[in-house]
Amino acid sequence: MSAPVPPVTEGPPPTVAVRRPRTLRWRELVTSVAALFLALFVGALLMVFSDPAVASQFAYLFTAPALPLGAAWVKVSTAYSALFIGAVGSPAALVETAAQSAALICAGLGVGLGFRAGLFNIGAQGQAIWGATIAAWIGFTFQLPYGIHMLVAVLGGVLGGAIWGGIAGFLKAKAGAHEVIVTIMMNYIAAGLMAWLLTTAAFQRPGRTDPIAPEVFPTAALPSLFFGRLHLGFLFALLAAAGVWWLLERSTIGFAIRAVGANPAAAATAGMSVARTTITTMTLAGALAGLAGLMSTLAPGSGFDPVPVPLTIGIVGTVGFDAITVALLGRSRPLGTVFAGLLFGALHAGGLAMQSLAKTPFTLTTVLQALIVLFVAAPALVSTLLPFLKQRKAPAVAAALPAGASK
Amino acid sequence: MPQTAADDSSAAPPRGLSLRGITKRFGTFVANDAVDLDVRPGEIHCLLGENGAGKSTLMNVLYGLYAPDGGQILIDGQPQHFANPKQAMAAGIGMVHQHFMLVQVFSVAENVVLGREPGSLGALDMRAARSRVKELSARYNLPLEPDAIIEDLPVGVQQRVEIIKALANDAEYLIFDEPTAVLTPQEIDELMAVMASLRDEGKAIVFITHKLREVRAIADRITVIRRGRIVGQAEPGSSEAELAELMVGRAVSLTVDKQPATVGETRLRVKDLTIVNPAGAVVVDRISFDVHAGEILCVAGVQGNGQSELAEALLGVTPVSSGTVSLDGVDIHSLSPRETIAAGLGYVPEDRQHDGFIGDFTIAENLVLNQFHRAPFSKGLSLDLAAIDAFAQSRRSEFDIRTPDVSHLGSSLSGGNAQKVVLARELSRPLALLVASQPTRGVDVGAIEFLHKRIVAARDSGTAVLLVSTELEEVEALADRVMVMYRGQIVGIVGPQTPRDVLGLMMAGVPYEEATAPAAGQQEVSS
Repeated sequence: MSAPVPPVTEGPPPTVAVRRPRTLRWRELVTSVAALFLALFVGALLMVFSDPAVASQFAYLFTAPALPLGAAWVKVSTAYSALFIGAVGSPAALVETAAQSAALICAGLGVGLGFRAGLFNIGAQGQAIWGATIAAWIGFTFQLPYGIHMLVAVLGGVLGGAIWGGIAGFLKAKAGAHEVIVTIMMNYIAAGLMAWLLTTAAFQRPGRTDPIAPEVFPTAALPSLFFGRLHLGFLFALLAAAGVWWLLERSTIGFAIRAVGANPAAAATAGMSVARTTITTMTLAGALAGLAGLMSTLAPGSGFDPVPVPLTIGIVGTVGFDAITVALLGRSRPLGTVFAGLLFGALHAGGLAMQSLAKTPFTLTTVLQALIVLFVAAPALVSTLLPFLKQRKAPAVAAALPAGASK
Repeated sequence: MPQTAADDSSAAPPRGLSLRGITKRFGTFVANDAVDLDVRPGEIHCLLGENGAGKSTLMNVLYGLYAPDGGQILIDGQPQHFANPKQAMAAGIGMVHQHFMLVQVFSVAENVVLGREPGSLGALDMRAARSRVKELSARYNLPLEPDAIIEDLPVGVQQRVEIIKALANDAEYLIFDEPTAVLTPQEIDELMAVMASLRDEGKAIVFITHKLREVRAIADRITVIRRGRIVGQAEPGSSEAELAELMVGRAVSLTVDKQPATVGETRLRVKDLTIVNPAGAVVVDRISFDVHAGEILCVAGVQGNGQSELAEALLGVTPVSSGTVSLDGVDIHSLSPRETIAAGLGYVPEDRQHDGFIGDFTIAENLVLNQFHRAPFSKGLSLDLAAIDAFAQSRRSEFDIRTPDVSHLGSSLSGGNAQKVVLARELSRPLALLVASQPTRGVDVGAIEFLHKRIVAARDSGTAVLLVSTELEEVEALADRVMVMYRGQIVGIVGPQTPRDVLGLMMAGVPYEEATAPAAGQQEVSS
């Protein structure tokens, strides 16, 4: 009611030309980059004050300011340059970044797809666990020719994640269970089932009593593309991103997913089935998380011996939870998710270098990740902390609009 | 309690509330352009204008919700500055909101004292709250039970609670924002009586509306606002046509130019339809009716008497408990919305923003919301964006959807244009049956005329039209037959010439024979 209706036939051109492309993306990009720098700044403060050697220098802040500030500068610049070099400083570093990002991108695409349908899918972790488990099982149980074995293992892992995600979607659609609760609980169940499977004859490595599976046959491993570490999975991730983009923007399925996400009542009135869309979305999201998970058991490991790591309990790490931050930073869009995945992959890769070269704990990268997403989630905070962004932003946004129109 | 004797006016500082040169901009759009408005104690001042003319913006400025970009608010000659509604309330301004600001699960008394609860040390003095409600309801003759729970009360009574809430705050200036939208004709008459008695008590009342009949019934002064500017004052005695012309800036035909229906074969046949809602209440109770090709059957009734559920059940979003629905001889009562749409149903939902439209989708996407999966808009799984865009361009020009570009988001459209999108979507394919609920709610007069013509055109092409409306003007303008519903049942199906007071009584459940009996003709107060 209170929204003004533009005068149409006279005066300045009509109001609020909200175009989906460009303006929104531009503003989001600015916010995301600003969030990155704010996070690095806060991270620097943490580094300075958590290092006793540097913090003790602050006793001299007023008598000899050069001492603490210099120490702080040395500390921060060493750490961040190690982070930078470890992430993008050499071809090997770039390869490591890409390798780290492959799984994050896939799982992030899955979580983001859920977001687009209005589903808060916390279950990427459990779906990834099934991806890892089933792919590994196919990898070490069967003996098939090169290529075929790998494809079968990948399909098996993807299918495992898809089924686990689909169950959550089914419970949401048909039984009214909230997807957040369902997927969190299914994460526990997946982790527990995997731990149990590792004690069964089918999974446990002969002659071992601890929960570890046999190594997968080389025929099932994702082939290395470059420098050992970069594997076919990265290509899969990029293909998946392209596929999700097509699905969302160019397909009838994506139209329904976006409609259900934006306004389920209108979608239902227009004849779309909210239940079916929910199940489809969760199945696809699970498939993508499964793809992420299987990389932990089929992709070449680190070090000089690039063979896949055998399946153990913690093998997928926290990829399913990191995926949520990737999807948030990537604004649930395929391209954004690729960039967010690469950024977090870079933080992972650089974090390892930072730890060894600058004696800064690896966990700082986790803190940085969290801070970035925190700042992204609170754009008002960013523009309050960096007021100049508002002024800089406004003309840029206006320029992208049709002449005369403004928000 | 500052009381105001009925004034005898025009001393040096004028008594009452004055707006002087109020200007409010949103970006480059001027919502209020140097608006002057005065309301004196003891008068009802009607602010009449189309939707989007700037009425609500002006009142939100007055109520402290928007800061004006220019101009002054004066009370008894003293400049005021309201940073928030609390300050406006403290100055004696009270608002009866269109969408009631009541806590549904609280009692009347609790709602009335909400925000300034009596008592001390955190203890709530409910006795004081109850006696306050009783005192006010006696003083202003607004019968209310202090302990009744809001959600159990009829809409008209809930509105009374809103009024008491404003009065409990010592409001001297009462703003009624489109108060009649949710009321039955009888409740409207009661509201009019209440407003008249508040005026006689010396309150100053601003009555915002776009309904001409009500303005003529009660206004002491009429100010017409169009596109943010005051375009003139009108006499209370002006005719509806004069007011309408002032409001939209040109002569408007309120009656639709239509030929008598050429009724064809039966297309929709509803038999013994019963709908039980999830709470277990029977909302539609064994109703049977037919709609023929080439006729408009209007479903009249006060909101909440089963019309919405009937429309939803025809589409298939609400399950049918028993009975049958057949369209062109095919039973459709258990089909899904996609199947009924495929069977030739066009559907205009009652709540456009909620059910008919996706604000985050582009206008083009909204135009194919229920056809996107069919040719020519997609091939297999792949959308044909060029076909969708071409369709949207043709709909934009044919339905005069006012937007710079169909790739803009739906949320950029005004209410009337959004409704044109919905109707353009539904009326652009051959239909067996059009079910339209409140198709012109919130739409300005100019657009109403156009939408009505399109609906009549659909009828003339052989579509059976079921039109649900709570606006008697609309019913009179469009109906070939009128079906009145009350508490889930059909009170009667009558001709389009049935007088308005008879329809009003039927909407309250009185059968046609009794409603037309001479004794029932007498009406309550209407000034």
